[in-house]
Amino acid sequence: MGVEGIGARVARKEDKRFLTGKGRYTDDMVVPGMKYAAFVRSPHAHAKIKSIDVSAAERMPGVIAVLNGKQMLDDGIGNLICGWMIHSKDGSPMKMGAWRPIAHETVRYVGDAVAVVVADSVGEARDAAEQVVVDYEELPAVTDAATALTAGQPQLHPEAAGNLIYDWAIGTSEAETDAAIAAAAHVTEMTILNNRLAPNPMEPRAALGVYDSAEDHYTCYTTSQNPHVARLVMSAFYNVAPENKLRVIAPDVGGGFGSKIFIYPEEIVCLWASRRAGVPVKWTSDRTEAFLTDAHGRDHRSTVKMAFDKDNRITALKVDTIANFGAYMSLFSSSVPTYLYATLLSGQYAIPAIHANVRAVYTNTTPVDAYRGAGRPEATYLLERTIETAARELGVSPAELRRKNFIRSFPYQTPVIMNYDAGNYEASLEASMKQADWAGFAARKAEAEKRGKKRGIGMSCYIEACGIAPSAAVGSLGAGVGLWESAEVRVNAVGTIEVLTGSHSHGQGHETTFAQLVADRFGVPIDSVSVVHGDTDKVQMGMGTYGSRSGAVGMSAIVKALDKVEAKAKKIAAHLMEADESDIVIENGEAKVAGTDKTVPWFQVALAAYTAHNLPGGMEPGLKEGAFYDPTNFTFPAGCYICEVEIDPETGKTDIIQFVAADDFGNIINPMIVEGQVHGGIAQGIGQALLEGVHYDAQSGQLLTASYMDYAMPRADDLPSFQVSHQNTPCPGNPLGIKGCGEAGAIGSPPALINAITDAIGNNDLSMPATPQKVWAAIHAAH
Amino acid sequence: MYATNYHRAFSVADAVRLKGSGDETKYVSGGMTLIPTMKQRLAAPSDLVDLRHVAEMKGITVSGATVRIGAATTHAEVASSAEIKAACPALSHLASLIGDPHVRHMGTVGGSVANNDPAADYPSAMLALGATIVTDRRRIVADDFFTGLFETALHDDEIIVAVEFEAPEKAGYSKFPNPASRYAMTGVFVAKSAGGVRVGVTGAGSDGVFRHSGMEQALAGNFSPDALSGVTTDPADMLSDLHGSAEYRANLVNVMARRAVAAAT
Repeated sequence: MGVEGIGARVARKEDKRFLTGKGRYTDDMVVPGMKYAAFVRSPHAHAKIKSIDVSAAERMPGVIAVLNGKQMLDDGIGNLICGWMIHSKDGSPMKMGAWRPIAHETVRYVGDAVAVVVADSVGEARDAAEQVVVDYEELPAVTDAATALTAGQPQLHPEAAGNLIYDWAIGTSEAETDAAIAAAAHVTEMTILNNRLAPNPMEPRAALGVYDSAEDHYTCYTTSQNPHVARLVMSAFYNVAPENKLRVIAPDVGGGFGSKIFIYPEEIVCLWASRRAGVPVKWTSDRTEAFLTDAHGRDHRSTVKMAFDKDNRITALKVDTIANFGAYMSLFSSSVPTYLYATLLSGQYAIPAIHANVRAVYTNTTPVDAYRGAGRPEATYLLERTIETAARELGVSPAELRRKNFIRSFPYQTPVIMNYDAGNYEASLEASMKQADWAGFAARKAEAEKRGKKRGIGMSCYIEACGIAPSAAVGSLGAGVGLWESAEVRVNAVGTIEVLTGSHSHGQGHETTFAQLVADRFGVPIDSVSVVHGDTDKVQMGMGTYGSRSGAVGMSAIVKALDKVEAKAKKIAAHLMEADESDIVIENGEAKVAGTDKTVPWFQVALAAYTAHNLPGGMEPGLKEGAFYDPTNFTFPAGCYICEVEIDPETGKTDIIQFVAADDFGNIINPMIVEGQVHGGIAQGIGQALLEGVHYDAQSGQLLTASYMDYAMPRADDLPSFQVSHQNTPCPGNPLGIKGCGEAGAIGSPPALINAITDAIGNNDLSMPATPQKVWAAIHAAH
Repeated sequence: MYATNYHRAFSVADAVRLKGSGDETKYVSGGMTLIPTMKQRLAAPSDLVDLRHVAEMKGITVSGATVRIGAATTHAEVASSAEIKAACPALSHLASLIGDPHVRHMGTVGGSVANNDPAADYPSAMLALGATIVTDRRRIVADDFFTGLFETALHDDEIIVAVEFEAPEKAGYSKFPNPASRYAMTGVFVAKSAGGVRVGVTGAGSDGVFRHSGMEQALAGNFSPDALSGVTTDPADMLSDLHGSAEYRANLVNVMARRAVAAAT
């Protein structure tokens, strides 16, 4: 590794502009003649639209147009869709109800768009939006998924009888699993709730639609994690424009956490309204709109049975999960509680029989889709709380019970599709227990007791599947897209290098990490490498950033392109130095003939490629190569997290005393950035476990947590200083040996924290978020 | 936010005159509640009269045992004031717990007291210290000032110019913050003076800030945390919401009161 190459802690190149306020976000974009959109949103969770009167709104100052959903339908704009087909156990396809970008017949959650106003200023647009008179016929609403499945409940979509989208199963047969449970020496049973979360990226969503009537061409600036997918979907399904007439630009994006993967109504409306109104149209969400309309995460209710033989080996796992999808099926919603969740239910354990059943359900709430970890946090939380509870019931150490059941030989085929390629779970467990001084806990607990505090310790051994994903495999499971990645490496005539990537950076630091990869290959400074992303006119195609895939998949594509560039550069260098191609080595910014003192500087190789005065016979000029990389398997980051807490029994307040994270991410390009990802992920996981939770009023369907007055986000003083380490086993499946690190923190931390709290209070019956009130009540219930 | 006219007053007389200028004019003194409410379009004053720059409403003076805090004094100033720290450290401590640094440098004593948010910190201290709310036209004792949730004895155009109180022998404040808003889920201010013990409770009561007479009686004879062990707080009088049930808040009142007494200096 050089000072800037693979493995170096290089400070992030992009931070100068972010930290000095020079970032360029969608809302910073200004184009001539630009106007502003404000949405009229449903105040009801469920209602029929009887009429919409826009006459007063149209007379308001500055108003250019007031548009509705019927006009959008008449213009042929299609329904929003879910792009992953899931089939129920009976073979029937999932039941997808229609989602119109602007509702014209029925609204199904508070915040559903019913009209849009375009005006000269944001203020005028909002003033006019308040003057749109919508006559609603209110309908009863249901917000809880388990309730929505019962008889006599409000029905959201005619396509989905009983609000059931699908009833899906995976794994060992139910009969075989039941038989194993019946024969077990011990069965631990739990009901596990995974709380609904609002994603809350720092930058709210925004879109700017620009229609050029002369060229019949659209440009969409938007807060997207995957602009090419946005273009594809808006073109192929929403009929906004053909792909060659639609440019999507996702400039600097201030965090996504999954919520900016999906295509939302607003960007489609801004493009369409730009053509209808003849002006560029910008919309920027405010924080209340973000709480109402950004796709939420999680919201599972599960029952679980974990069966053990007399030697405490797990013999079977049976899981029944109800997943709340909200009012509509968001873009990847169907895949989250199925192939991103149930396929991880083996965890780090050898479990011979696993049967999981998942029902997806419509409710009158904000749509739910992938949120940092997407399915894997739900699986990990369920498994790790259950095995911890089992250890307590069996009277054995939680570490020993896990150890006994660890998978130890690889590759390992689970009963739920996944084939783990590599791992060393014992190493992470050992490292984290040592770091946390697990052995000294009893003394610390006794000391805390003297101070009137309840001290607890908990662990979580997680596994996740990243590097999403082999295209043929996901295609066979219902995905509507392939999940490869593309890259192009352009060496300029002066030797500087541009990397064009389909990965999108919205906080991950790609501009640094990807440059390190290139710098490492040719021994050039990272300042001579620029990373270009986020524009469909610049980058040919890409699948975007989510599922911790940019390292394992995105960088693998860059490696393939670098291989091609290097091969051609060697041919040119060999020709220039009259040497054999196989003797050329490129390092430290020059091409050398091995074993001699003959060298050509890197920039001269590049220059030669472009002057083309003296190239090998038949060689095309130029030094620019592209590549697509399609992974052969998922990658499997894993680790062990330990959390130690102290609880004030009088108030129920939890203080996190220490948090240890021992992760196996495979090879690492920039340890500082990886640690940052872990820190952020743990902060989000602690947020879920201790603070965050979306609440609706069960009767009215009103969102009760629509601002930071009621939705508790983690703050610096809620968090300890994290102790992070790595026990890496290289991933055998990709050229860099990378597994991915973006989601691990959010996946591994919630069960460690809840296990610590339940250990402290002696009551396993506790749900997230473990607010002071809940913990206080659980302490009282336990005594 | 709806369009609004901003006026900056430089004297109390100026402010009262400006208050009469618009269709629906409101005083603003920091705006830490009003401005967010306006941004959410839940309030739409035609005009705002800013009181933070009125010189006669600023500053802290301690003469003898009498403490006077100008209404336009910020929380940060109260938190860091050497005079307040000497006369009533519990009040400086209370101010240091409000919001975040931005809020503490914008929000003012007068703004907080006049708004009487049921979860604001200051009202509990005003009640416990037996403070006098000094307005541009009269003096109102705290017991008469806070009349319900967001309700006070102030007339529409009346301005708080200062709050005054006698430095207590001992006082303590203990707060359990709401995990989301960091307002008081329960805050208890206890003050011991020659006249007896007063206990002000904020964040918990269903009618807003209140004095806890049971605790006051218990502490009058024995100013120690243990004196409170037999005192109960009726959950029927408590707020109940997403963050805390009435039972939980009733418990917090007792826990915070004991801690406030233990911390009293």
